[in-house]
Amino acid sequence: MKFTWFNLMPWPHLPDDFRQKNKSVWVDIDSTLYDPVKGHDVYNDYLDMLEYADNLGYDGLGINEHHQNAYGLMPSPNIMAAAISRRALNSAIVVLGNSLGLYNPPTRVAEEFAMLDVITGGRLVAGFPVGSSMDINYCYGDIPALSRERYQEAHDLIKKAWAEPKPFAWNGRYTKLRYVNTWPKPIQNPPPIHVPGGGSVETYDFCLDNTYSYSYLSFSGYIRAKLLMQGYWDRLTERNEPDESPYRAGFAQTICVAETDAEAERLYKDHVSYFFNRCLHVAPGFADAPGYRTIKTIKSGALSQFAPDLGEAAHMPWKQLVDEGYIIAGSPATVREKMEDLIKGLRVGNIFCLMHIGDMPMEKTKHSTKLFAEQVIPHLRNMWPEYEDDNRFWIEPLNKRATPGSISERKATGEA
Amino acid sequence: MEANNIELRTFKAPIADIHLLEGGSGPDLLFLHGAGGLTKEDPFLAALAEKYHVYAPLLPGFGESEECGEIRNMLDFTLHTLDILMALNLDKPIVVGHSMGGMIAAEMAAIAPNDIDKLCLICPAGLWLDEHPIPDIFATMPYELPELLFHDPEAGGAMMTAGADFSDPEFLTAFLIQNARQLGMAGKILFPVPERGLSERLYRVKAKTILVWGESDKLIAMPYGEAFNKAIAGSELIRVPEAGHMIIVEQTAAVLGAIGKLS
Repeated sequence: MKFTWFNLMPWPHLPDDFRQKNKSVWVDIDSTLYDPVKGHDVYNDYLDMLEYADNLGYDGLGINEHHQNAYGLMPSPNIMAAAISRRALNSAIVVLGNSLGLYNPPTRVAEEFAMLDVITGGRLVAGFPVGSSMDINYCYGDIPALSRERYQEAHDLIKKAWAEPKPFAWNGRYTKLRYVNTWPKPIQNPPPIHVPGGGSVETYDFCLDNTYSYSYLSFSGYIRAKLLMQGYWDRLTERNEPDESPYRAGFAQTICVAETDAEAERLYKDHVSYFFNRCLHVAPGFADAPGYRTIKTIKSGALSQFAPDLGEAAHMPWKQLVDEGYIIAGSPATVREKMEDLIKGLRVGNIFCLMHIGDMPMEKTKHSTKLFAEQVIPHLRNMWPEYEDDNRFWIEPLNKRATPGSISERKATGEA
Repeated sequence: MEANNIELRTFKAPIADIHLLEGGSGPDLLFLHGAGGLTKEDPFLAALAEKYHVYAPLLPGFGESEECGEIRNMLDFTLHTLDILMALNLDKPIVVGHSMGGMIAAEMAAIAPNDIDKLCLICPAGLWLDEHPIPDIFATMPYELPELLFHDPEAGGAMMTAGADFSDPEFLTAFLIQNARQLGMAGKILFPVPERGLSERLYRVKAKTILVWGESDKLIAMPYGEAFNKAIAGSELIRVPEAGHMIIVEQTAAVLGAIGKLS
């Protein structure tokens, strides 16, 4: 099993009446709610937490990309990845990911991912999302009905830019370049690639065609995710793929661990509520631009099944959130048992552990993160022994990696 | 075909299969619909058909027609519509476009100025004025539309939802599919800002041009009418009271009167 510590990096200072007084947390949110001075601490706390998780032995540190919102403060995922790359020295840096169609030219992704992979000594997991409609269409102006085509072309260009040893010309519909000659190239060429999806057959196939891991980044939890993940595994069977390795799939789950179940509720309830009430308060008009989903996907009924209203959990009491699996919360024993259900039920090898939620302060986040690392992960580590050699979807770092900061240290001690 | 009776027929144009609503008798008139689409029962179409032989092609993706991946940008839309004129063998029909259809019609008249000599643009899209930003219809919920589209939102809303039952899941699914297909296609020229450089080409329009605008248009407000009027040589702007963006159904007679000035 691979466990990635993941923080959406929400803005933790939204007012109590945010939901009542604001139309949306995303796209046209009142930007006076942001305070850059407080933001200084917020960013540094969040980056510290990622480094803390690295020290505790999490397999990966997760980072993503969202724009113009208080739900996640990472418009540039690669800056965040770079910020931790020389302090978090063991975990994979899981950038989930760069919304390929937004980078102009898309060779920017090939370059920056290569830089991250080289700096970290081959520790990059590269995520290739299309991006949410809020981000790519409403914030970045990508034309919805053309987003998929632009994404596909960007993908092909990036893969070729990594693979080709010589300069080549690219005459695409969306990008024209006379000289594609990506410098530097990644150590892992290509890095393991994960693709977030939302239940369309096209994305299942895209992952299977390219041997990418399919990630379902849901906020409605593992119980509601069963249908979607089963669709993926059914598709795999239909296509007679050579194996059904659980590492072909990943899932994001909100997890809160405390000494006891009651303590978990006491410690984390308000922060979970902050997330579902304020961070997911997206105006319905921004949720899904016409043309963003293919007609085939809408016809398949995937929308009603797999894309529940983001606000649906806003008023759910703690018990319901727990019972319905939106969050896995409780004592280490409780969490372990439910994680086993998740892992077996969805057949996933990669877990994106949402350990920080809403406005959770760092001390509580550390507490939950540590309990999970020390009292839950060890029991889950070998749930797929028959696939333990499957390295197609995870990093292969250099054995001998540079020690950041070593030049200053040498100078201080007078060594050459 | 009986006079004034609108029929749907399909034929092949070079890039896409076309669904064409056709009917009426009189001078040939090409009508290009707005982003809301067009049905056989449309009252404005029926009114046109009383005086003209109307040809109203649906943009691919509208009505029951298939979306067309090959039509991506403004030039594609314009050439595709000129292809239809050619396929129908129409010689200088009156060209009328409403909203998005007006944007396409204006482009056609700019790209092929010798082929189009009578043009009526009904509150067309296609320009952008920073001081009068056009509301984002792509982020507008269906229930918010009547307020934007009609002088009388109550009557307009009733018209829009006649026969619709959003509590019926089948109806809702069909509605969502049609909405995604139609607005997805429209978005190629209207999203995120409904402007594709038309202002730089309007000097080429040679057609006698009538602009018709509702005085209560809240979607594309009157200053746009004035801007079009200024940019097209010899054009005339007709301001119609008690009409919003859906002027074609709110003040049908006034629009027909304006088109009549072209004959």
